[in-house]
Amino acid sequence: MTTAATLLAVEGESPIMPHAYELVVGGFAFLVVFLVVGKILTPRIQKTLAERTEAIEGGIKKAEDLQAEAKSTLEEYRTQLAEARQEASRLREEAREQGAQIKAELREEAQAEARRLIEAAHAQIEADRQQALAQLQSEIGRLSTELAGRIVGESLEDEARQRRIIDRFLDEIEARPEAVR
Amino acid sequence: MNALTVLAADEFKAPGLELFDIPPLWDGAPYWLTKPVVLAVLSSLVMVVLCWSAFSNPKLVPRGIQNVAEMGYMFVRDQIARPFLGKETDRWMGLLLSIFLLVWMWNLIGVVPFLQFPVASHIAFPIVLAASVYLLKIYLGIKHQGVIGYFKNMMFPPGLPKFIYFLLAPIEFLSNLIIAPFTHAVRLFANMFAGHMILAFFSMVGFWFLFEKLTPLGAPVGVVGVLMTIAMTGFELFIQFLQAFLFALLAAMYIGGSLHPEH
Repeated sequence: MTTAATLLAVEGESPIMPHAYELVVGGFAFLVVFLVVGKILTPRIQKTLAERTEAIEGGIKKAEDLQAEAKSTLEEYRTQLAEARQEASRLREEAREQGAQIKAELREEAQAEARRLIEAAHAQIEADRQQALAQLQSEIGRLSTELAGRIVGESLEDEARQRRIIDRFLDEIEARPEAVR
Repeated sequence: MNALTVLAADEFKAPGLELFDIPPLWDGAPYWLTKPVVLAVLSSLVMVVLCWSAFSNPKLVPRGIQNVAEMGYMFVRDQIARPFLGKETDRWMGLLLSIFLLVWMWNLIGVVPFLQFPVASHIAFPIVLAASVYLLKIYLGIKHQGVIGYFKNMMFPPGLPKFIYFLLAPIEFLSNLIIAPFTHAVRLFANMFAGHMILAFFSMVGFWFLFEKLTPLGAPVGVVGVLMTIAMTGFELFIQFLQAFLFALLAAMYIGGSLHPEH
């Protein structure tokens, strides 16, 4: 039965002619889809996509901020390090200068001390020499007198005269420097 | 199919227009309760349910079906809407997404086993969508450009020699107001119609030569028919997607053209 109906219908119906009831059903289906998908669901997914974009952009922003912060901290540390290095080198320089100064002062002091010791030694030597000379003079006078008395065989009565002779003798000796030194 | 075998018992007969002339589901059913009607409603409902499960409570980090549906959304937004609508994309996404998904679903049902009837191969369904877009196009054009401005922009695009307009104005009028909606609907219809016919033909070849009249000479033809059915089904999947894409693309183009005449 249906076969015959179908074949008969083929004669009368062109595929390009729409059925009215299909227009209604198609319109209804489209309306339902449009209301649910277009009007209810699309705004939701759009909202979510916008939020996601925001979240991602927020994350990127945050990361950028952190990076900038890290960079500035690093910069700060570098500056501090450079300052510290400079400070250290300055201190080292200062210490070196101070050391040199102290060394120079010590050396000067030591030299002064040495000079002073030498001075003292010189003075001592001079004094000793003077003393020795004086002692020698009197010894030589006594020995000479004794010797002269022995040679002459008589003591010189006149004390004053005796003194003069000794003095003259000593002057003569002093006139010959090689004899004393 | 039984009708064919009964009618032409000995001879192979290629399927024809009777493929698309479908009686009510059972004897005595209302005349409008046919397979295409049921499939149209069913596929629309499937689409609604799928979209609902994907987008009813969308997550910031998508999971499962939301991922897939988002790919569809992005595709419609970036490939269909953006090129024609630019900044106004978001405002029209609801409509374009509905059109694209609905048409695609209507087409896809053409290769779902046992259902196997592309809804859009009945011209009424493309007509409903194309007419909706057409009315929206004219409404938007008049709203954004004024009645005179709309027709002036359509028929007298500036910057051409005057005598050209004698030729151009009627052509533009025809193409924009009569041919465009017609081709919009018919392109989809004809593609689905032809695709269904091709699939039916090859599967009929396979069925006829391998089951109905198995002969040594006919068997290879039947094998070719089966192989071609498989290959053409794959091709049909591509065409179905392409036509849904084109249909939505044209809708976006018409809407964009009405919003901004300079395009």
